[in-house]
Amino acid sequence: MPHTLTISQLTDKLAQGELSSREATQSCLDRIAAVDGQLNAFISHDPEDALAQADAADAALASGKSKPLLGVPIAMKDVIAVNGHPLNCASKILGDFNSPYDATVTEKLREAGAVIFGRVNMDEFAMGSSTENSAFGPARNPWNPDCIPGGSSGGSAVAVAADECIASLASDTGGSIRQPAALCGCVGLKPTYGRVSRYGLVAFASSLDQVGPLTKDVRDAATMLGVIAGEDKRDSTNVPEPVPDYIAALTGDVKGLKIGLPKEYQVEGLDPEVKAATEAAVAKLEKQGAEVKEISLPHTQYAIATYYIIATAEASTNLARFEGVRYGARVDGASPEEMNRATRGAGFGEEVKRRIILGTYVLSSGYYDAYYLRAQKVRTLIRQDFLNAFKEVDLIASPTTPTPAFKIGEKANDPLQMYLSDIFTISCNVAGLCGISIPCGFSVSGLPLGLQLLGKPFGEPDLLRAAHAYEQATEWHTKRPKIG
Amino acid sequence: MTYEAVIGLETHVQLRTRTKMWCGCANEYGAEANTNVCPVCIGLPGVLPVPNAEALRKTALAGMLLNCDVPSYAKWDRKNYFYPDNPKNYQLTQLDFPSTIEGFVEFEFGEGIERVRINRAHLEEDVGKSTHFSDYSGVDFNRAGVPLLEIVTEPDLTDADMAYDYLNALKAILEYGGVSDCNMEKGQVRCDVNISVRPIGQTELGEKVEIKNMNSFSGVRRAASYEIERQIGVLREGGTLVQETRRWDDAVGITESMRTKEDAHDYRYFPDPDLMPHTPSEEWIAEVRASVMELPLARKQRLMADYQLPASDAEVFVGDAALGDYFEVAAKGAKNPKAVANWVMNNLQAKLTETGGSTADLKFESSAIGELVRLVEDSKINSRIAQDVFSEMFESGKAPAVIVEEKGLSQVSDSAELEAFCNEAIEANPGPAQDFRNGKETALNFLKGQVMKASCGKANPQMVGELLKKILGS
Ligand SMILES: [Zn+2]
Repeated sequence: MPHTLTISQLTDKLAQGELSSREATQSCLDRIAAVDGQLNAFISHDPEDALAQADAADAALASGKSKPLLGVPIAMKDVIAVNGHPLNCASKILGDFNSPYDATVTEKLREAGAVIFGRVNMDEFAMGSSTENSAFGPARNPWNPDCIPGGSSGGSAVAVAADECIASLASDTGGSIRQPAALCGCVGLKPTYGRVSRYGLVAFASSLDQVGPLTKDVRDAATMLGVIAGEDKRDSTNVPEPVPDYIAALTGDVKGLKIGLPKEYQVEGLDPEVKAATEAAVAKLEKQGAEVKEISLPHTQYAIATYYIIATAEASTNLARFEGVRYGARVDGASPEEMNRATRGAGFGEEVKRRIILGTYVLSSGYYDAYYLRAQKVRTLIRQDFLNAFKEVDLIASPTTPTPAFKIGEKANDPLQMYLSDIFTISCNVAGLCGISIPCGFSVSGLPLGLQLLGKPFGEPDLLRAAHAYEQATEWHTKRPKIG
Repeated sequence: MTYEAVIGLETHVQLRTRTKMWCGCANEYGAEANTNVCPVCIGLPGVLPVPNAEALRKTALAGMLLNCDVPSYAKWDRKNYFYPDNPKNYQLTQLDFPSTIEGFVEFEFGEGIERVRINRAHLEEDVGKSTHFSDYSGVDFNRAGVPLLEIVTEPDLTDADMAYDYLNALKAILEYGGVSDCNMEKGQVRCDVNISVRPIGQTELGEKVEIKNMNSFSGVRRAASYEIERQIGVLREGGTLVQETRRWDDAVGITESMRTKEDAHDYRYFPDPDLMPHTPSEEWIAEVRASVMELPLARKQRLMADYQLPASDAEVFVGDAALGDYFEVAAKGAKNPKAVANWVMNNLQAKLTETGGSTADLKFESSAIGELVRLVEDSKINSRIAQDVFSEMFESGKAPAVIVEEKGLSQVSDSAELEAFCNEAIEANPGPAQDFRNGKETALNFLKGQVMKASCGKANPQMVGELLKKILGS
């Protein structure tokens, strides 16, 4: 069953000639046919195109070529541009738009030999924590289809957890990779802001967005990061920091690594099972040789408010381009204003409209200083909290989410409650850090739980080292949902 | 009561760059609609801007030419408004940290020199161009993302003519710097005019009226002059003015209200998160400063002083910088620079107009005109022959002395040879000869003409006159 393999397992078998990329790709396609009717992870996919890429990879393999992802089927969140393929951002407003260009990360995957296939489901324009805000219907948690898979990269997490692909590429603005990874039981990595090019990633909140992988284990996350990281002249916010060998960081040894536990993360509403699993995971790391100590992040309580001001402000203008003049769906009107109103009224979903209105409000003349400017100042303080903490510790550990996956519809009418579920993941984006979520147990009801580790800017090697060491000592990541 | 006008101008000028501000598309006028476009400049989902280094450099240079400071920190802001020609529905501009600040422009006005303070010259991007047809509209995005320099004055201008002269001086400066072609027909210069009036002696400003999107300097002058009269008229009749935006109707020659302050846009400016601030190093600023050239007014003053040219000649060379550069090389070491100037402005200019070429296409050395003038001054050739030599120089590129030598055009100054020509002329024309002897001075010119003709124009005219007088008088 090639679709159940990890990247490293599959590339080994491809190199040995035990398996072809066509077989692996076909296996994923068959799996989609078998389970995706129930899970709705894929918005669309093009089997012919995928198999053609697989055949090209097989030809390259046959000629002795070796590349990190040669022949590996990778699913793309519907917010990353792939030349000639639909780019909907899980919204109605883009209509039948196909991207005429490749994102930089797409180019990098191609250079690494990946078979890029499928547009995976998400919250519309990456706004949400449950994938319920998709114009293409909600994706479902493979561990319990009545539950949400998390969001906004819910489809990416489902596709990986349900073995519909080998790995997936997604984006994280406030936890959109790590939260669904935790809720679906896979590994989700958000790189440091500036580590990975944003060119071709449809912007939600430009100063917070970052592309990262969802994978079946930590080694695969390291492989994927090695492929997509690096300088890109097309993204001015990209940092020209050299890319280290992330696989080499996976030593299995955490001796002397200092892990901090923020005392402010003992929040109300933290599920006892989640709390217990996190504590057990930290204890495990301690037993493996890490040093654990309490730290303080005094501005934690302002993170959610800060995030929702900055993210919505940026989103309100990033999404201004969707009005049907040049591309996408258009609803005609008697004047340009009426056409705008009609197109955007019909094209955007409720959550997207809510955030555009919020962002428009906080940028309005007379409110700018009180909201946007103040949020930027608090952002600096939050970042400073972390930089201070990282003088004492190498990593910070916490639960990824306060609770396991909730039921579809449970919080759909309570946006504030939904926003609060991002409490542990949001600060990482606000402060521009790197973070990872790895499986660390299951609830009594059989839902996966995630441990989050946060690292300093460009501290991905330490992050991956600790995550990998923990993974080596546990078996949570090998568990698969029974489905199909 | 007497009133005075207070005028400030915001002038938008397209920069002359190879490519657009944020992408690699050509910055080129006149291409077929929507051919100079790419994902970035039509605002496709997912694209990001990358600043054009040439535009940043030309902006700094423009600022220096306008005597502005170039701060070590500038940033980009989004100006949000919906319009079909605005691909992202926000325009990238510089709100509170512009690339250049606090300068001035000096220009001639009336008898003296005026100084207008410049508040800032900042960089932004142009938008597309809408065209309206009978039942639909089209947008051409070739212009979208072209770098645009906005030059904002302080309210230092006091009448319409002064505004007009300032604009011409600004245009000359930017053209001089190679910053912009300032081609009005191509829409490369657009102007917003802010006008208020107040009783003379009052310090606070009156209610400001903005006239937007003027695309000719004469239009600015007419509109400003109309608007000043209108505002004074309203106040004289006891009316009040409101802060508003008005449109200039060029055909009718009046301004009409477009919108008042109440329905002004809220542009929701905020720093663009896709771009890093521009933080030029001291080295970079010094490098740009090294390329600062002489300004038109300074050049005019220098040309007048160094070459003893009259103001009108100096203005010709300031107005056509390439011709001026050419003149300065040609006049190097010339005893009579004014004569060189005449050749450059008249003969050379006429030839260039005739052939449609430029000074860069000339086949002869730039020093050749100076040499030609010297040949005349030294009586080697006369000025009529000089015209022929010049034509030949223009055709073949040969040096004037070479042409004179090859064609045997040297002036005949040998008195024996000239005397023979004179005697022949007198013998062949006894009538005019007698007339001269009888005191009719003009008859000498006829005889002189005959001698010149016989010598194929090479005779030294001055000597011929003297010889004829001598022969006829003896
Ligand atoms: Zn372009």
